[in-house]
Order: sequence, then C-alpha cells, then structure tokens
Amino acid sequence: MYVAVKGGDAAIAAAHAWLAEQRRGDTALPELSAAQVAEQLGLAVDRVMAEGSCHDRELAALAIKQARGDLIEAAFLLRAYRNTLTRFPAAEPVDTGAMRVRRRISATYKDMPGGQVLGPTFDYTHRLLDFALLAEGEAPTPPEESEATGAPMPRVSDILAQEGLMRREPPGDDAPPPDLTRDPLPFPAPRALRLQSLARGDEGFLLGLGYSTQRGYGNAHPFVAELRMGEVEVLITPPELGFPISLGEITVTECQMVNQFAGQADTPPQFTRGYGLSLGHSERKAMAMALVDRALMARDLGEEVTAPAQDHEFVLLHADNVEATGFVEHLKLPHHVDFQSELEKLRSIRARWEAARNGVAEAAE
Amino acid sequence: MKTGFTDPVLDAQAGFRALMQAMARPGRVQQVIPPPELPAGLEAAAAATILTLADAETPLWTDAGEEARAWITFHTGAPLVAEPASAMLLLNTGATMPALATLHAGEDETPQDGATLIRQVTGLAEGSGWRLTGPGIEREHHLAVMGVPGDFPAQWRANAARFPRGVDVVLCAGGRLAALPRSVALREGG
Amino acid sequence: MTASAHMQAPDTDPGYNFAYLDEATKRMIRRTLLKAIAIPGHQIPFGAREMPLPYGWGTGGIQVTASILGPDDTLKVIDQGADDTTNAVSIRRFFHRVAGVRTTTRTAEATIIQTRHRIPERPLTEGQVMVFQVPMPEPLFKLEPRLAETRRLHALGDYSLAQVKLYEDIARQGEGGSSYSHPVMVNHRYLMSPSPIPGFDNPKLHMSPALMLFGAGREKKIYAVPPYTSVVSLDFDDHPFRPVRAPHACAACGSTTSYLDEIVTDDRGGRMFVCSDTDHCAENQMARKAAE
Repeated sequence: MYVAVKGGDAAIAAAHAWLAEQRRGDTALPELSAAQVAEQLGLAVDRVMAEGSCHDRELAALAIKQARGDLIEAAFLLRAYRNTLTRFPAAEPVDTGAMRVRRRISATYKDMPGGQVLGPTFDYTHRLLDFALLAEGEAPTPPEESEATGAPMPRVSDILAQEGLMRREPPGDDAPPPDLTRDPLPFPAPRALRLQSLARGDEGFLLGLGYSTQRGYGNAHPFVAELRMGEVEVLITPPELGFPISLGEITVTECQMVNQFAGQADTPPQFTRGYGLSLGHSERKAMAMALVDRALMARDLGEEVTAPAQDHEFVLLHADNVEATGFVEHLKLPHHVDFQSELEKLRSIRARWEAARNGVAEAAE
Repeated sequence: MKTGFTDPVLDAQAGFRALMQAMARPGRVQQVIPPPELPAGLEAAAAATILTLADAETPLWTDAGEEARAWITFHTGAPLVAEPASAMLLLNTGATMPALATLHAGEDETPQDGATLIRQVTGLAEGSGWRLTGPGIEREHHLAVMGVPGDFPAQWRANAARFPRGVDVVLCAGGRLAALPRSVALREGG
Repeated sequence: MTASAHMQAPDTDPGYNFAYLDEATKRMIRRTLLKAIAIPGHQIPFGAREMPLPYGWGTGGIQVTASILGPDDTLKVIDQGADDTTNAVSIRRFFHRVAGVRTTTRTAEATIIQTRHRIPERPLTEGQVMVFQVPMPEPLFKLEPRLAETRRLHALGDYSLAQVKLYEDIARQGEGGSSYSHPVMVNHRYLMSPSPIPGFDNPKLHMSPALMLFGAGREKKIYAVPPYTSVVSLDFDDHPFRPVRAPHACAACGSTTSYLDEIVTDDRGGRMFVCSDTDHCAENQMARKAAE
C-alpha cells in the first residue's frame, strides 16, 4: 500500500534549525556582531542598502549576518522589511552639488574648481593579498589629511552646461515623480522610473550591460565627467510645517557620464548625460548605471535601438535581482504535475513518431 | 465628524467581499456591514462602498452634500474632482445620473481604467425586472431596480457595446447592493 | 498533519497588520480585482509588493488571498494538488500566522483555495473562490516577449500568433505542443494563461460555479474568470483539445478519473500512479473503506 510523503511541517522546521546552526558556524570562534559587519564589511552593507532600496546600515548589516553573507538574500530581507514600513511624505530631491565630498574625480578635466579628491579607493592599490590582515589587532594609521579642503565643488556637468555643450534635460513638471514600488512599470518607461529601477538593479547585471555598451553593443563613447561620493542631507517638508527639515545625512555615490551625440536637424551636436546614483559607496554600480541610463535614452534621442542595453523591457524587467532570483530559484519547487503532463505528451508524440517511421519502413519493404 | 467603519480593517474586508460577490454574480443582491454613523444623504451600502474602495489614489466625483463630501475627504483622503469624466469613482446620490457615455471608459489597451459609478437607488429586488445574462450568471438573473433614469437600459446597451472599454456600476439601496459589470447584457421586462 | 492542528491558535502576529498587507495595498489590489472580474481574462497591471516569500513562489497568489481573506474564511492551500507539499505548508503557515484564519485540507470545507498548478478534482461550489499562483501571466510570451506588443495584440484580439503555433505543432507532431499552461479563450474575447495547470484541468474552468482569481506577483498582473463564464481551450475544430491523464488507476484509491502523479519505485523501471489531489484520494479511500 502506497503512503504519500508527509511531514512538510516538521521537515521545514528541522531545515531552518539546521540553517541557523550553519549560520553560526564554529562556536569556538566569537560571534560576528551586526556592528562589526556594518563597520568592517561596509561595502557589502552599501550594496545591500542599494539593492534593498532601504538606507539603514544596521538593518542591512543584520540582513547580511542573517543571510550568511549572501548579499542578494540580504537585499531581499531588507526589501521585504521595507515594504511593511509606513510611508512618510517624499523627501526633497537630494542636492549632490552640496555634497560633503569624500571622493571626487573627473576623467575629462585635469583640474577643475575644488580639485580632484582621491579619497578612500581601491584604485591604484596593487591587488596583492595582504597577509598582515590575517593577524588581528592592528589599527591602520590614519592619513595625515583625511578631509577634503572644503572648497566648493561645482558639478563638472554644470561646467559643460554653461558652455551650452550639454544637452538640457527636458524640464520636469510639478507632478510628484512616479514610484516604482507602488505602481508597475509602464513601457516604454519614463526616465524617472528607469533611474529608480536601475538604482535598485543588480550590480552584476548592470555591470555586464554597461560593459556591453563599451564593446559595440550600443555605440557609446563615454567619459566620466565626474564621480563623487560623500554625504548629502535628506530633507522632508511636512505639510503641517510647510518648510523643509533635515532627517540627517546619507552616503551616496554619483556618476555623471558624458557621451557625444551627433544631433539631428533641429538639435545641434552636443554631449548627453548618463546618470548613476547609488546609496552608499558603490562606484562600480553608479558607473554601470550611468552607462545603461545613456543606452536607454536611445529611443528618446531618435537613435536606432539595436543593442540589449538600449531595450527598455529587456533591461528593466531583468535588472531586479530579487525578482530574478525568486523566479530562477522557484524551479526548485515541485513541478511534478506539469512534468507528468509533459511526460504523457512526449510519450504520445513519440508513439506517433514511431508509428509514422514504422509506416515508412513498411512501405519501403 | 461622523465616524467611519467600527473596525476599519475587517469591515473594509467584509465590504469588499460583498462588492466582489456582487461583481462576480451580477444581479445577486449583497448585504454590507453598515458604518455606525452616516453623513446626511448617504445610505449604508454606498457609504461602506466608498470607505472600502476610495483613498488618495482614487479621484472621486460626487453630487452628495457638504457633510458627505467632508466625511469622504476625512475618512478616505480621496481627491474630489468637479468633472465626472475625470473621476475613477463616482458617488451619485441625486435624482440626476451622469450619463454613462460621458464617463471615462478606459482605452483599448487599458480598459481597466474605466470608471466605477456608485449609484444610490431607492430599491433593489431579485427575481423580477431586468433580465441579466453574461459572465457570472449561469442562465439568467432578474433584478428590479427602483430609482434609475428611464433610459438606463439603453445607456447600458451602449456601454456594453464598447466592451472591453466601459463603465461598471454598483447600485446601492439602504444596506444592500448589486453590481453591473460592463460584461453583463441587460434586457428589460420579464 | 491534520487540519485541526492549524485551528487551535486564532491569535495573529501582533507585529503585522491583519493578513500582512497594509490597508492601502489591499485597497489597490481590491480595486484591481473588481476590474479584473468585470473584464474576464484581461490582465491588469498592479503594484505588486515585495512579500516575505520569494518571487516565483506564490507572491501574486498570496497578495490576492491576503486582500480577500476575512476572519470567516476557511483557507486551503495546495501545491501540485497536495496540501502537504512544502511550499503549500509554508504558505498555509504564513496565513495562519498573520491572519489567524481557519485552515483546512478538505476541499469541501474551504471558502478560499490558493493553488499552484492544479484545480481540485471535487467539483467547486458557488461559495468558493480559487486563487491561482501564476508565474507567467502572458499566454503569448514564448511567441512575443515584448509586453508593449502583447498588450496591443490583446487590445486587437489578435491571437493569430498562438493559432499559427498550434497549427505548426499539429502539422509537425500530430497534436498540440503544450501539455500544461495550455491557453484558453475567456468569454470569447481574451486569450488567457490558465497558469501551469495540466491541460487535464482546463475544462474545470469552463462555467465553474466558483470565482477564479489569478495573481502574478513578479510580473505584477491580476486577472479573473467570473463564475459561469465560457472558458475554451485553444484548439481547431478538426483537432479538438484533449485533456490528458496517465492511463492508469490510482494505486491508493483506485480512481480511474483523477489526475495522477507518477512515482518511481525503484531503479529498474518500476512505476506506480497515485492521485495528485491528496484530499480527493483520501475521500475515495474513506468511501471505499466504508463500503467494505
């Protein structure tokens, strides 16, 4: 007598207990605190905040700890949490021109007002494993001048705009921007929604797409006009007050990428801008986003859409790693009902095929 | 200000289930959980329908009086609009009904944008009156409605003819309601 | 596992709103559901939220269920026809935790049945609502991946792509190519994916007394089939659609009419067939015992 497999409840509980044990690892070693993750794995926290669309270092660190360092799983945890939060009024646009800059570089000018600020970067490090880090207890010596000079740092794109060489962004209206997290994406997607989608998109996916535009899939000739990272103030204007108040500062990375544009009958040749903005310190993400943003403008600019990075649906519907991982991993769920009908279908088609072949063979004899 | 639902979560759920049943089974009359207090001019089913469906995302047109308008704004936050054609929800309590043909009917690719007209009527009865056929109805449902314009059946035929575009109607009488989704065919008599 | 084990703790998790979703989200989904019912088979975009379960694991169905569920409901959750598959257990536990709702494994007792990939064998009734978890709501997606284009084709009612595909399948292999997710025409107007149910279940959608709601979370679409609505599997007059089941009797209850799972019993080609609908199979076995 066949008895169906049962006990899903117990199996799930046991699997989750095992997971918790694996997460903790060897108890002879001290437990990692969320604060340690936030301080010492800060770029992982930044990525989780960006892709989890939620700026909270402590919760992002907790998510990384809970997810055993799986950053996509951690971003998913943060997103699901974010979704249960009460929504306050939308913040004022952050002013990255007024950023308290920690790092700011331009590839298009040797020098400009405010200067180049190298800041904390992997650039120019030699990628040699530092075995000294295996030993613990060493506190690195702080650099002699750790703060930027405080001189004003106008955005490089504004300098180009003064000369009239930068394409003017179409003026916005006063309507509040659409919100990707409340309404589904329409296609073709307006730029505000594209940027929202890219800002929370998977770093690896955008990196690959951005890279593809450099290799001929999308005809881009990008220059980093400016990459800046630092702290910006977040302001909200409560309707009952009528004036903006500060909620505090967050770290963001902004990339403005300029590209030449041939122009059209009614538009002079000029530079166009690809824009990238990411929560936390995440240069690769901001740069890849800027490349893809520019590629997605092809349609608006009347350029021919030929490359994957220029295709709104292809890019925006596949950039979200929480959606992507869910659907890819759902293949682990049982599919035996569909598979059974597939089996019966294949058996039936195979029988027809064999009958037909035998028929041909008999006819030939 | 008169209060809204006694239990905003569970009463809205019950209100929605009544609406869902009404929309899924056109011509079958459903009962709602009435709000404990009603502003002048609003009856229980219409008030419950508004509390269930309206919020800041639903531009709403109504011909109800000042007290009802203030009550709707306070409890739902729905922006009130002056033109019936720009409303997503319409709450119609007066003798005159906005013509169905003038309301937003959606577009061919987005027929779901067609408006919902909530019309307060004087009476609803199953078993006689209009003969309804279409999705949700096994053979034929009969619905008698008191308090709609005489040309409503003709207006409805024109509305149904532009399917999938169109307007959906919720008819409310006291604490009871019935719905006419745009997919339903309506004939008089019988 | 028994149904009563779930009915002992009616208290909900105090950290979350009833049925998890906030009220604004529920209202948005409810408005979408009413329009979906009014336009049978038409996919409506909605602002699907991140759920605490992964996309592709039933987030659309869960959001629909959370928006309609009330304290008077009795919920049944099945995956592949069975109440005890792990994902069904997980979703049932979720609703028990956040809504404190009564749950059951008995089809006859349920007022709401959330399902992945099956429709129960026992005929549904007017008091019941089916909620389908849908991975890909667009029936044309394998033929045309661009949503802007498929939306236009639905508006025009132009389903020649699907008809040509079916014709080619028949010409090449003597029968239609899809064994599950076989598209259906709803109310003679919209081509619709019935979700990945086996073709065997397609006829159960036609003129069903129950309301059928479909939720696709990742793809952010909701659609519906009202009760007593015409639902016809896409086919040709000279090649009518044929629902298929494994030609065997259930090894547990003896049913020769239910949809069967194939169980591999050894590595020498041993097979046995049992009902995929576990409640239906249990009912049959009880009836058989009572008759003995």
